[in-house]
Amino acid sequence: MAITDDVLVIGGGIAACTAALSAAETGAQVRLLAHKKSTLRQASGLVDVLGYAGDDGPLANPYDGLDELPEGHPYRIVGEDGIRDGLRLFDEAVGDAYRGGHTDDNALVATYGGTMKPTARYPESVASGLVSASGDMLLVGFESLTDFDAPVAADHLEAAGVPFSVRGVSLPFPKTFRADAKLTRFAKALDRDESVESGTVRSALADAVADELDGETRVGFPAMLGDDHDTEVRDELADRLGVPVFEVPTGPPSLLGLKLEDMLFDALDEAGVRISSGNPAVDFEADGDRIETVLVDQKSRMTPYEADQIVLATGGLVGKGLDSDRAHVTEPVFGCHVPHPEDRYDWSEPEAFGDHEFARFGVVPDDELRPTDADGESHFENLRAAGGVVGGAHVAREKSASGVSLATGAVAGRLAGEDATQ
Amino acid sequence: MSDAETPPDTTPTPGEQGEDDFEPVEVFPESTEMDLRPGADNCYKCTSCDVSCPVAEVDDEFPGPKFQGPEQWRLKRKEDASVDDSIMSCSNCMRCDDACPSGVPLSQMHNTARGEYVDEEMDKLSREYIRNRILANYGTLAELGSMFPRLTNAIMGNSLVQQINEKVLGITAEREFPDFATQTFREWWNERGGPQVRSEDKRVAYFHGCYSNYNTPEVGKAMVRVFEEFGYEVVVPKQRCSGTPMFANGMLDDAKRAAGINAENFAGLIPEGYDIIASCTSCSMSLRQEYPELFDIDGLEDISEHTYEAMEYLRIHEDLDSALADTSVSEQSFAYHAPCHARNQGLDRQAVELFRDLDGVTIEDVGDSCSGISGTYGWKEEKYDKSMQIGADMFDHMEHADGNVGMTECPTCSMQMEHGTGYDIKHPLQLLEEALV
Repeated sequence: MAITDDVLVIGGGIAACTAALSAAETGAQVRLLAHKKSTLRQASGLVDVLGYAGDDGPLANPYDGLDELPEGHPYRIVGEDGIRDGLRLFDEAVGDAYRGGHTDDNALVATYGGTMKPTARYPESVASGLVSASGDMLLVGFESLTDFDAPVAADHLEAAGVPFSVRGVSLPFPKTFRADAKLTRFAKALDRDESVESGTVRSALADAVADELDGETRVGFPAMLGDDHDTEVRDELADRLGVPVFEVPTGPPSLLGLKLEDMLFDALDEAGVRISSGNPAVDFEADGDRIETVLVDQKSRMTPYEADQIVLATGGLVGKGLDSDRAHVTEPVFGCHVPHPEDRYDWSEPEAFGDHEFARFGVVPDDELRPTDADGESHFENLRAAGGVVGGAHVAREKSASGVSLATGAVAGRLAGEDATQ
Repeated sequence: MSDAETPPDTTPTPGEQGEDDFEPVEVFPESTEMDLRPGADNCYKCTSCDVSCPVAEVDDEFPGPKFQGPEQWRLKRKEDASVDDSIMSCSNCMRCDDACPSGVPLSQMHNTARGEYVDEEMDKLSREYIRNRILANYGTLAELGSMFPRLTNAIMGNSLVQQINEKVLGITAEREFPDFATQTFREWWNERGGPQVRSEDKRVAYFHGCYSNYNTPEVGKAMVRVFEEFGYEVVVPKQRCSGTPMFANGMLDDAKRAAGINAENFAGLIPEGYDIIASCTSCSMSLRQEYPELFDIDGLEDISEHTYEAMEYLRIHEDLDSALADTSVSEQSFAYHAPCHARNQGLDRQAVELFRDLDGVTIEDVGDSCSGISGTYGWKEEKYDKSMQIGADMFDHMEHADGNVGMTECPTCSMQMEHGTGYDIKHPLQLLEEALV
């Protein structure tokens, strides 16, 4: 016996969640098999589709760049319909918590490094800070949260030629914590509106920022304005300051990423998707070209999971869906073919942000997203791939990571669900 | 990228890497001690572990798992540095293990650091050491108490005794000491004459642990009856504490002694076709993960590879879905809490998944927060308030859930659930028994 479902999705990120939601729509019984806590908590919480393609960019409309992408790019396989289907699933899962669905156009969101990221969907709390909207901007950082240097971020934006003025200030947070206190501690102080000498954290913060305001019509903070009561915190600050308040997405621990993770997992629960997490899928048993069982390493002992159809959404090199040593790049669960230059010095470019070959490493999908071998034949008839494990896209340069995950997840999940319920 | 769990294979395999002449340089001399360096090196300081830590959430002075693990390990390379006393505030919930995206063995680093702190820094005559030693060896205490259960219950329930416990020993007076059963599970087992089912190919050895032996024998009985219903031969070997409370208090010598006895009594059964079943998720966690991580004793690897939580075993080896589809129980409604230790074993959702379709039952997960008691942590006078703060979310969710009976696999989580809400608490095996036996 094994634990049995119709569709098994391996992974815990945005591609896996989308694939599971998409498969569940077909009526299949779906299980998500995630190794650890989702890597969404490491992510900014922004959802990009395509910001740069070929020599073009930043793109005003991501769909305009699709023809510029190389053959074999995942978008060339799933097409515009696949992207739209991924975004539809995303919009249904997150509801009002995200913006951007009113248009095909990209929004430009200020990052905490002060660059501009073309983005298709963004958290509601980010909305009034769009660089693609007008209004002079004050960025506020905190001396004890060193990841976000507001004056530097402001200078970067100014230098990029934004059509409004940006100024950054660093202030002490109204309440003092131990020197290595985490972002979440600050968020909690605002959530609970903890008391400080001059009143409460929220009012003291608003007073300090009001002293700095010099005609700016919007104020940005690193994304730490509350967790459980974020809307309340933001509204109160905006009310006290008399101008809209927004958040600048941060690196880990990313509250916006954590909130997105919660929303997607709630949507999975609602869709009746079963979830097993805490242990990695490491091996499988097959009968010819059909995978019969996926083996999960449950603390050095294998637990078998059975399904009619399987979606591999374990991520790329960072997410550990791909592995490498000095000579080889491999896909460790099913041993799918991952093409790469023989000489490892050809894997990367000398420049840190160069057009690295390794960024495009991944499995090679056929037109139904089945990973193929070196001869272009699918490895297994019931295995599909989605997200970072799929090769052919340079998601960091293109600003397409979330979109590739959404689109391939939506298509792989739907096809798997349809095959399983036929 | 790097990964402590699967270091890159540097041995060339013929035909695969044979042409690559790479030979790794030995930088550090081979050591016979546990090498935690890869754990420290793999940490890239993303702080995911700190965000997942329930103690750091309520205790501003606690530096969090990243410090307790990789950073402390590095600091200790200096000769005059000793383990910081904040290690004693870690409750060993092991949530950081699950949060780390880079394979850092955080709980293993914490357990070894805590063991070292207790060995080298802690005054063996201090109240804290004596109190912790008593709490860590709950099994021994319970064995004595169970000799005269009614008398012990009366004494431990006496408020004056509770005050003395708090003042003299530092064991909180806020909690009701759990009642000892008038008949232990093992006494019941012997009275019924041991196994009622014999089988050559379906065999399990039950690790009941301390709590279902001395305090909740109904859980142990449910385990036996359910497995016998499925045709399993159940045996109940002699056993000591799994070690969980000892790891959490840095009493690694006590834990090692108990592990040795358990290895002696269980490892030999495995070649005879027995798998090991635990009903407590901390016991199964200890046998599966902490034993092989912390001790080098013959048989522990085998035990780790053959240990299952009870319901997990049935899900894998029996068609539990179909068995439950054909049955029903009296109307009841549960508020289920998944113990932290169930999470890392991938067991946190199985009770709700199984029971939500069972006729007569409604069951609701009360969220992914920690219950806050973490075994002995919440029994310590100085930790009691923090323990209740950590549990606040769970209490709140329990009160808002439809169910007015709690459900969990972990004995101390169940104490905390009862303490915070006054609900009765059941083990999933008890519902399984009602449905199937």
